[in-house]
Amino acid sequence: MAEALKHTPLHSLHLALGARMGPFAGYDMPIQYPAGVLKEHLHTRASAGLFDVSHMGQLWLTAKSGGYDALARAVETLVPVDLLGLAPGRQRYGFLTCESGGLFDDLMISRYGDALLIVCNAARKAEDEALLRARLSGACEIETLDRALIALQGPRAEEALSTLAPEVRDMRFMDARQATMGGTASHVTRSGYTGEDGFEISLPVEEAEEIAMALLATDGVAAIGLGARDSLRLEAGLCLYGADLDEATTPVEADLSWAIPKVRRRGGARPGGFPGEGRILAELESGPKRLRVGVRPKGRAPVRAGAAIFAAETDAAPIGRVTSGGFSPSLDAPISIGYLPALLAKPGTCIFLELRGQKAPAEVVALPFVSHHYRRA
Amino acid sequence: MLRYTADHEWLKREGDVVTVGITNHAAETLGDLVFVQLPEVGARFNVGDGAAVVESVKAASDVFAPLEGEVVEVNGAIVEDPGTVNRDPQGAGWFFKLKAADPSAFDALLDEAAYRATLD
Repeated sequence: MAEALKHTPLHSLHLALGARMGPFAGYDMPIQYPAGVLKEHLHTRASAGLFDVSHMGQLWLTAKSGGYDALARAVETLVPVDLLGLAPGRQRYGFLTCESGGLFDDLMISRYGDALLIVCNAARKAEDEALLRARLSGACEIETLDRALIALQGPRAEEALSTLAPEVRDMRFMDARQATMGGTASHVTRSGYTGEDGFEISLPVEEAEEIAMALLATDGVAAIGLGARDSLRLEAGLCLYGADLDEATTPVEADLSWAIPKVRRRGGARPGGFPGEGRILAELESGPKRLRVGVRPKGRAPVRAGAAIFAAETDAAPIGRVTSGGFSPSLDAPISIGYLPALLAKPGTCIFLELRGQKAPAEVVALPFVSHHYRRA
Repeated sequence: MLRYTADHEWLKREGDVVTVGITNHAAETLGDLVFVQLPEVGARFNVGDGAAVVESVKAASDVFAPLEGEVVEVNGAIVEDPGTVNRDPQGAGWFFKLKAADPSAFDALLDEAAYRATLD
């Protein structure tokens, strides 16, 4: 039957903290701790939350010859972002694309010296690694890192992490730095998946529990489960691969065009040259047929993934579908993300959502639902 | 004496009217409720029909009619403040009252010991 669930290096810590565990992408993960999703969510927004995201994939890439430029040019054949222009110590959001123009996975890519550290979704890491090895092995060394990954998110994240590594105070949003924490060499980025200021810390498996416990012992830090991780990212309008993003959805439809810089578009210095370039470049110029939007139901009932979207209450044929939906603890109201025909994807448009056999009125709104609080300056 | 169902509901009988709610165990498992939808007074249900809906941040769950009957009263307070169900599931957090078609069916439901045995 089902394969045994894998454990992250923090598994026994989760059990000791009284987490309710559940399966996620082949791992036994903490869904929530005794405080519960609602309190964990609000705690992260108000103070600082520690998340075990060690189930995510971590790949270390270096060029076989030719240094960083050769590596960047190779990875750019799969990822439509500007890696050649990525400075050492900086991080970028990006994605692998399919020949169809759809999304193969979304990624965080950090440059350390002449190497790139790619963090990818747990549910896609085997596919991503296979693709990278098949397409880039001629030019690159690809090492799968068996390391822990801890996210520390929230307005008090800097205060907490700087007790272990004071140098992180100098980091700004999307900076990437090697830092030493009590003798442990780690890779730290100032980024995350909550919309808050915060960090993601890649560190050796053997040191993970000690560092996590040290952070949890810091004033204002609490352990946060995957339940609140999902509600936090939803409020921040951030995409979940497999829900809001998939192989049938282009980055332009997903409203991720901002991640594809001019240099990779038509008329740029390195236009195209990635899977699905035909469709993606055309959509960047003439617009997509459908677009990812934020949706606020007018009632109090959450409208969740899979619900059909209608233009009018009496319509039988849906015009789109909800891809993520739930309850926003910060807004004390339901929120959803979905796809609509581009012409209807304007904030203020009234739509109807399928809800237990009825059609619930809702409004298209701009994303994010809750403002980001990144440390940009 | 309370009765229970394997779907983690409790029932209290007064004559032919039965008050229905969710158990402490159910409330704890669901986590903080953020939305409750109750049936209309006058709605008729068969055993196992979906009568109410509860939602946490994470997920939606049905509350089933444990007996055949007609809804005679609902607890609007839990719609206004779903947290009432988490704070006092077997008291102030009751859901609805059913006028049972066959009040004796109440006695055939699980008693507390039998319900507790389903939790192990």
